[in-house]
Parts: sequence; structure tokens; C-alpha cells
Amino acid sequence: MTDAAAPDRIRAETAAPPAAPVPKGARIGAGRGARLARKAGDRAGRLGRFVWSGWAGLAALALLAALWQAGHEAYGAFILPAPLDTLVAARGVLADADAWAVLGQTSWRAVAGFGLAAVAGTLAGIAAGYSPATLRLARPLLTVSLGVPPIAWIVLAMIWFGASDATVAATILIAATPVVFVGAAEGVATRDRGLDAMAEAFGAGPVRRFLAVASRQMASHLFPALALALGTSFKVAVMAELLANAGGIGGELARARALLDIALALAWVLLAVAALIVVEYGLIRPLRAEVERWREAAEPWGVKR
Amino acid sequence: MTALGLSRIGHAFFGRIVLSGVSLAVRPGEVMALVGPSGCGKSTLVHIAAGLIEPREGRVTRDYRRHAMVFQEPRLLPWLTAEGNIAFALRLARWPRAGRDPRVAEAARLAELGPEDLAKFPVELSGGMRQRVAIARALAPAPDFLFFDEPFTALDVALKRRMQDLVIAAAAAARFAALFITHDLMEAARVAHRIAVLDSRGRGLAGLRDVPGVPGARSDREVFATVQDWLGRDPAFAHVHDVDERRRA
Repeated sequence: MTDAAAPDRIRAETAAPPAAPVPKGARIGAGRGARLARKAGDRAGRLGRFVWSGWAGLAALALLAALWQAGHEAYGAFILPAPLDTLVAARGVLADADAWAVLGQTSWRAVAGFGLAAVAGTLAGIAAGYSPATLRLARPLLTVSLGVPPIAWIVLAMIWFGASDATVAATILIAATPVVFVGAAEGVATRDRGLDAMAEAFGAGPVRRFLAVASRQMASHLFPALALALGTSFKVAVMAELLANAGGIGGELARARALLDIALALAWVLLAVAALIVVEYGLIRPLRAEVERWREAAEPWGVKR
Repeated sequence: MTALGLSRIGHAFFGRIVLSGVSLAVRPGEVMALVGPSGCGKSTLVHIAAGLIEPREGRVTRDYRRHAMVFQEPRLLPWLTAEGNIAFALRLARWPRAGRDPRVAEAARLAELGPEDLAKFPVELSGGMRQRVAIARALAPAPDFLFFDEPFTALDVALKRRMQDLVIAAAAAARFAALFITHDLMEAARVAHRIAVLDSRGRGLAGLRDVPGVPGARSDREVFATVQDWLGRDPAFAHVHDVDERRRA
């Protein structure tokens, strides 16, 4: 039976590598155009939903403003200025060109520190995820480094680097790296080994298995960690600036405190949060939506929109 | 002529011997079923044969161009559509980019997948459809050897039959050789040319039998009679239905 099959098998093998006849090729070209159109439509739909979801965000912010207004009416303008007054103060601040430089300085420091922490944390996390012994060694170290308050690091960094960008960046690096590290390490360590074995059975080496299989599973742990690290970066940047007297939003907050100008202080807080929102929704969320597109298919309708 | 040769394979997990002295030869174009009671090391053996586990002793010789595998679970990548999952196997096989689309379509046709299913993510597909995609993924790179590791155990009876028919048809059309692990003798008697029975404690083979007839041309009556004959008269099959879930690997 098998011997009779052998010549056929050889023929099937030689015919197997693709040599598409011409009319078939034309049909495939049309299929590709249709697929591109489908992809473009899909992307427009997702962008539309992303923008539309802004209404829910606005509703939440409006609720917060209402609570704030209630607090203002209960305690008076000196303790808690009205949200509208704060907005007016923020607009006044932004009218000044120097304020944009201050915002830019803090944002730059936060994003640079975040970038360093993201790269260092991800690389170390991947290494630890593949090496359980390293992960076991790293866990107590993480507890220690997360247990030291960022303020202590600021004091140390001030001694090492003086009142400069480096102080802020170093403090962010120390404060934000452990979060990213844990996200990446857990993502790699808890990956589905069955998928690894599948890829290996289909001929993938270790590098391709990481790039095609493990890295995608890591992403679902890594992105929440990155969002958290970005928030930490902005908080720590402002705190470090305030304590180290290194300018930026922190410096402006210190000035507002000296002048007892609560509306100005709140305005700067508002602007810092706005900068964070711009970076998170302009960078992290779209990146995540792109990588984690398949999750949307699994979501029930009420979660989707 | 041998497509896959296993000679005196032995393996142990943490000092516990699961396989020893197993020798087996699969001819080109032949579907060989491997049966045995639960926990006898069938799965370990197929993982060794596919190169996923390094055996402690023995030698594996592979005389074929390319192999692929269908697992008990579909093992699809959840972030790729059905189409992407099938194309994934082509990507790993370094299939020329221009030839991938027609090849995906061909594999989907063999596994009876419609174009509307191809655009869906695995979470949107039923269990049977997912296993179909897994079969299409295995067929896509035109392998001349296929490993099946109890692929249809989780499916219901009707679906199982359809999947078996699909494998029989694909094996006849593409002429691949296969090692088909199952603990269902009816399944083995339907899809295979030959059947190997693993010893209940993994100590070599208990028997190697030709299955009468040709896969796809056997009637249900013949299949049933063959299985009854094995179970009633053949000592090699005496322990096939023994169950010891403690040793299950």
C-alpha cells in the first residue's frame, strides 16, 4: 500500500510549493484589496469607538467637578477654590509662555524617566521571567525597593546629583522600574507553555518563540504595569522637583504655597494631571489597543461601549 | 523504508521511569495509531518523536521534510484570527510570502472552514471549530509527517466522527504519514493503517497489528467487528481499557 503510494507522494511534494496559475493570481489580488478595505474600515471603527468613549470620561470628570463644587460651597474659597475659578487660574497660567516651558520641562523629565524605567524594567523582567531562580532572588529585593519611600530616594539623589534633571530621572527610575519589572516577569513566567510547545512543534527556535508567542502574552501583564509606572513617573517628578527645588511644576507649586495662592496651586495640579492624561491616552492606550485588539472580540457588549 | 523511526526509546520524569525500550517504525504515507491505557506514556512518546522532549535513551530518526502537530487542545494563538493562526504555521515554515494566501485558503478548504470563520478570533469560535483551525494549521505547510496527540478526545461523538473523516480524507489527498495517539480503539480502527499497542507500563510495545481494509473504505460494521475481535481474542489489547488516573501524565 505504502510502496504504491510513494510515487504519488513524491509528485504531490513537487507540486506542493506554490506556483499559482495566472487567473488564480488575479483573484488573489482582488482578495487582497478587499482585505485592505476591511482593515481600513475596522481601524476607522476602532478609532471612532475610542473617541466616542471620551464621553464616558467627560461624564466622570463632570461628576468629580460636582463633588468639588459641593466641597467648595461647604468650606469656602480659601480652603477649596471653585472648579471654575481653578480653570480660570489654569487658563491664566497657560497664557504665559513660560508656563508652557515649565509644563514641558516636567513632562520631559517624567517621560524620560518613564522611558528609562520601561526599558530597564522590561529587559530585566524578561530575563527573570525565563529564569525562575533569578525571579526568586529578585522578589525580596523588589519588596525592599518598593518599601523605601520615594522621598528617601529623592534625598539620596539630591546628594548624588544636586538639583538637576538627573535627580528627577534617577528618582523616577528607582520608583517606577520595579512595577514594570514585575509586570514583564510575571507576563513571561505565567505564559502558556502549551503555546510554546506548539510553536516548537512547528519549527520555531527560542528567539522566534519569544517574539511570536511569549512577548504577546507578556503584553497583557506589561501594559497595566506601564500605565501605573507612567502615573508614578509624573507624581514622583513633581515631588522631586518640589523637594529638590529643581523648577518645573514642583517648583511652581512651591511658589504657590509660599504665596498661599490655593487657586494657583490647584491650577498647577490640574495641569500636571492634564499632561499625564495627554501622554497616557496619546501613547499608552493606542499602543495597547493595537496590540490587544483580540481582547475586544472577547468582551461582552456592555463592556465594549 | 521508514519515515519515522524510534529505536529503544526510554524516558523518566524525576527518576520515575515512564518509557523504556520502545521501538517503532512508521512507513511513508502510513497512518499509525498508537493506543494504550491512560498513563502508559503515549503522550510522552509522541512528544519525544516530535522533538519536544529529549529522550533519556534511544534514538529518533526522521526521514521526512517537515512535520506538524495537532494537540489535544487547539492551542491557537488568541491574538490572531483563524486565518492568522493558519498563516502562523506557514510563517514558521518560511513559506514564500506570496504563496501564503492561497495556501491558507487551501488548508481551510481541507478542514472545511468557511471564509466567514477565517476572520474570527479563537474566542469567537466553538470548540469544534477551534480544533478545525488547529487541523488546518497543521495541514497548511504541506507536512509529510503529522503528529496527532489525542486530538478529538474533548469533542462529542458526532463531531469526533466528522473530524476523523476529515483526517482520513486529508491523509488520502496529501499522502502524509502520521502517528495518531488515541485511547479510543474505534477511532484507531477508523483512521489508521496499522495500530501499535503500548505496554501498560511503558515497557516496549505489547503488539503491532495491521488494521484490515483501507481507512475511509471501512464500514462501521467492519470497524466494530475488528475492535470486538481485538478485545475478545488478542492478548495485546487486554489492558487497553485499564484506568489508573494516578499515573496519568
